[in-house]
Amino acid sequence: MSAISITPESAPQATTAERAQPRRARWYRQPALMAGAVIIGLILIAVIAAPLITSYNPDTQNLGASLQGISGHHWLGTDQEGRDTLSRLLYGGRTDLRIAFIAVLFPFCLGTILGSVAGYFGGWVDMIIMRLVDIVVAFPFFVLIIALVFVLGPGERSIYVAITLVGWVSYARIIRGEILVAKRQEYVMAAQSGGLSNARIIAKHLLPNVITQGIIYAMSDIVQDILAIVTLSYLGLGIQPPAPDWGTMISDGQNFLTTHWQLTTIPGIAVVITGLGLSLIGDGLADLLRPGQS
Amino acid sequence: MGRMTFVIRRLLLLIPTAVGVTIIAFFMIHLIPGDPAQTILGIHATPQKIALLHHQWGLDRPLADQYWLFMDRLVHGNLGQSLYYGVPVSGLITSRLPATLWLIIYAGVIAIVISVPLAMIAASRKDAVRDHIVRAVPLLGLGMPAFWLALILQSELAVKYRLFPVTGYGSGVIGHLHSMFLPSLTVAVALCPVVIRALRASMLNVLGADYVTTARAKGVPGPRLFVRHVLRNAIIPAVTVLGINIGFLIGGTLIVEQVFSIGGIGQLMIGSIFQRDFPVVQAVALVFGIMVVLVNLLTDVAYASLDPRVRFDR
Repeated sequence: MSAISITPESAPQATTAERAQPRRARWYRQPALMAGAVIIGLILIAVIAAPLITSYNPDTQNLGASLQGISGHHWLGTDQEGRDTLSRLLYGGRTDLRIAFIAVLFPFCLGTILGSVAGYFGGWVDMIIMRLVDIVVAFPFFVLIIALVFVLGPGERSIYVAITLVGWVSYARIIRGEILVAKRQEYVMAAQSGGLSNARIIAKHLLPNVITQGIIYAMSDIVQDILAIVTLSYLGLGIQPPAPDWGTMISDGQNFLTTHWQLTTIPGIAVVITGLGLSLIGDGLADLLRPGQS
Repeated sequence: MGRMTFVIRRLLLLIPTAVGVTIIAFFMIHLIPGDPAQTILGIHATPQKIALLHHQWGLDRPLADQYWLFMDRLVHGNLGQSLYYGVPVSGLITSRLPATLWLIIYAGVIAIVISVPLAMIAASRKDAVRDHIVRAVPLLGLGMPAFWLALILQSELAVKYRLFPVTGYGSGVIGHLHSMFLPSLTVAVALCPVVIRALRASMLNVLGADYVTTARAKGVPGPRLFVRHVLRNAIIPAVTVLGINIGFLIGGTLIVEQVFSIGGIGQLMIGSIFQRDFPVVQAVALVFGIMVVLVNLLTDVAYASLDPRVRFDR
């Protein structure tokens, strides 16, 4: 009995394994994806292992040791308040990346839900949601984010709210477009004629097939979110001092740019490299998951 | 659908979006936690001033009445009164708009000037090393904070080497071109990856067209083929990409104007945030929103009129 039951089950498994082979091979052959993953991996390790890399507290001021250059004690020097720049860079990275990764989830979820509802039901629901999309898209991203954080008051919570209210539209557009195509597929019609509820069809049948596009977009969206977070902090509207953050570091160091270049340049380079890593992952994922469309 | 019907249809579609933009700008005040008048006035709040603001903005009336009042003022060109400057916001905006328009157009031109040769290099041999390099390097621009690049360019090229003025808008056309070069370059750097990508894709499309094959078969030399046959046909989509990304372009100008003290409406908005001058922030957001809606409309219409291949049936 067991011998008989093994055969039919093992056959599809073998086929899946064979099918999975080229995809796995392709994964390693994606130079962009690999490069991006290595960059982001190293940055994540560095910011998570910050206490092991540096023994200085990022907020501890030491006015006797202000504006020191690069040395054995302070690998990247100190700022005007004598705080260790390397510590602030690593702990600042923690703050910015944590907020950026959390901030991308809210618009992703909201946009995916509204986009699926618009695409699946069509009609007036679609019309209302898409007009709302048109209206939000009319505002330049930074203008609306800055204006919203201004009215909501500075801080982390306002960043989440502003990014969600502005960022959901791209996900809604992407997922709606995908659902419009996918809902005409036979498996959806089969599920509909099988009497499954609309919510179940969307959640269990449609979304698993269309969510990939949203995930690819999320990678480039995180880059935009990091830029928004550091820009808000630069303007004094984002993460509030004394919490370390790359935008605040650039802002604090700008008065010493000609004499202590590292205070402004290094956090900026950290933002650029993080953005590059995430963009490469996004590009690589796009090449991998939708070949021919990159 | 004819061209005219398309334009009219597009104009009609503009109305709900424009109304929506005004609704969002209007509702901003209601997102302020607590009493907006109290929050906006901050330490300067007195019962009289609060009551005056309530009356001016109609905060003591029903929501529909408030919006009606807002729209009534808007169609009469009244964007409210600045709390900080004590003058009409519309005057503040019109006096500062030229600097921002200069920056937007100049940045767009620089983006095209940088992107066209790079896209040509990339498209001339798809998937070659140079193609990969041209596609990868501009990715740096995508993740680069505009204010940071502005600070670096300012300290190196303006402060250290004195090639450009450190701040300001300049006077006269030459003065503007000189003073606005670094700010425009900063905005353009962020835009280039998007334009290069679009231009490269459209060049690759054109390179595969029959008329290019014919030109090649007739022995047209490479550079001439690129300039006369490929570039001419690929530039329209690139300009369209600029039009579509006008929001992105405007967003970039906001911070750059602040760093270079250009005195445009972006700097006005950021300055007003620090002065908690809500009517100005609201009005600038509204003006930017309307500007994007109008540029998108113009892009659509221009594209449809310029490219004979565009079909109007949906």
